[in-house]
Amino acid sequence: MDMSSGDLNAPHSMGTTIIGVTYNGGVVLGADSRTSTGMYVANRASDKITQLTDNVYICRSGSAADSQIVSDYVRYFLHQHTIQLGQPSTVKVAANLVRLLSYNNKNSLQTGLIVGGWDKYEGGKIYGIPLGGTVLELPFTIGGSGSSYLYGFFDQVWKEGMTQEEAEKLVVKAVSLAIARDGASGGVVRTVTIDKDGATRKFYPSETLPLWHEELEPQESLLDILSAASPEPMMS
Amino acid sequence: MSSIGTGYDLSVTTFSPDGRVFQIEYAAKAVDNSGTVVAIRCKDGIVMGVEKLISSKMMLPGSNRRIHAVHRHSGMAVAGLAADGRQIVARAKSEATNYESTYGEPIPVKELAERVASYVHLCTLYWWLRPFGSGVILGGYDRDGPQLYMVEPSGVSYRYFGAAIGKGRQAAKTEIEKLKLSEMTCRKGVIEVAKIIYGVHDEAKDKAFELEMSWVCDKSNRQHQKVPDDLLEEAKAAAKAALEEMDAD
Repeated sequence: MDMSSGDLNAPHSMGTTIIGVTYNGGVVLGADSRTSTGMYVANRASDKITQLTDNVYICRSGSAADSQIVSDYVRYFLHQHTIQLGQPSTVKVAANLVRLLSYNNKNSLQTGLIVGGWDKYEGGKIYGIPLGGTVLELPFTIGGSGSSYLYGFFDQVWKEGMTQEEAEKLVVKAVSLAIARDGASGGVVRTVTIDKDGATRKFYPSETLPLWHEELEPQESLLDILSAASPEPMMS
Repeated sequence: MSSIGTGYDLSVTTFSPDGRVFQIEYAAKAVDNSGTVVAIRCKDGIVMGVEKLISSKMMLPGSNRRIHAVHRHSGMAVAGLAADGRQIVARAKSEATNYESTYGEPIPVKELAERVASYVHLCTLYWWLRPFGSGVILGGYDRDGPQLYMVEPSGVSYRYFGAAIGKGRQAAKTEIEKLKLSEMTCRKGVIEVAKIIYGVHDEAKDKAFELEMSWVCDKSNRQHQKVPDDLLEEAKAAAKAALEEMDAD
């Protein structure tokens, strides 16, 4: 087998699974923790949920550099805005600033972002800002390469007005499902819950996450498998 | 309150020995000599009214507006030099649209007032600019409720529940203080403002005037607009009746 060491000079990309979900009283943001350079996992415990203000956080996916620089600029602008206004910025303003950077630099940037937070006027809000710089205000949204495996899951499981516990459980389950199927997502699950009292970080190490597959019986050799009685065809 | 600042009043960058900048005070005089502007904050919105002195009988009614819309949620009434006032309004409009383009939400009235005040003040800092010869009253309705701000030529800006500038401001302020604004609706406020303006108008000194009024309130869907014609007529009638009552005494 050709043991390729992977392209160590490839740009750091966060394959990623990121999720933002609203619940009755706030929002829950969740993400995996794998940052890869080609096939090599550059950081297996990265923090993809970044703080913009006391009450607004952002989930980053795509190019690590691009998403970091966008977050840094928006944090800076929001800080100035908060000082001018004399009160915390709203989530909508944060989302708009992110969108302006994403849209106006669409030819140079490759990053999908989820902005989530709580403000006193609108409560908990989630905004999805995918590659081209669209802004979409949504009750929940998913992003990153791992999100492909979660669309059907959310279609079935999502409901409006969950409690904080239900929402957190949902996010952790979803990220761990995506990690099981997406090679570019992995590591641990991190969540940030934001409500009127502020933001709380939670950490779910890999051992606590369910495996989503049973342990198979050990098979000694091909002969054993072939000589076993022909199994029932798979039934649905 | 007038004093001659001989020698220290030639430039806006000169202080007098007692710490005054006379050019700014003279700019304020231009405002004091113009038609009265009255604005009040009622419990559900803002009402603004202007005593628009008509200089020529050949002017069409409704022209030379003194109240301008700045944004969907706010308007500005101007006193003093009309052309200077137009510049201030233009700047306010520009600040409001820029803010919305950048931040994605309508500019809070407080922020707008600060930016306008900052701009007016700017023009008092350099010798090659003259101060604005107009004061403005900015009334708007945002997420934090209805708010009323006044910006003077010096660049000072305060928040008010009732404000008046121009010729009849002293008398107008006395009348405003008599009103119970926290319990008044804008519908009633329109009538009261009309009465005040008719009341402070000096028939002897100034000839004709046109009453211009606007509001931002729950009834107008929190949009700044001219007071509807029927309500305006009702207000004018009530004001004239009140005047006759006073004269009859």
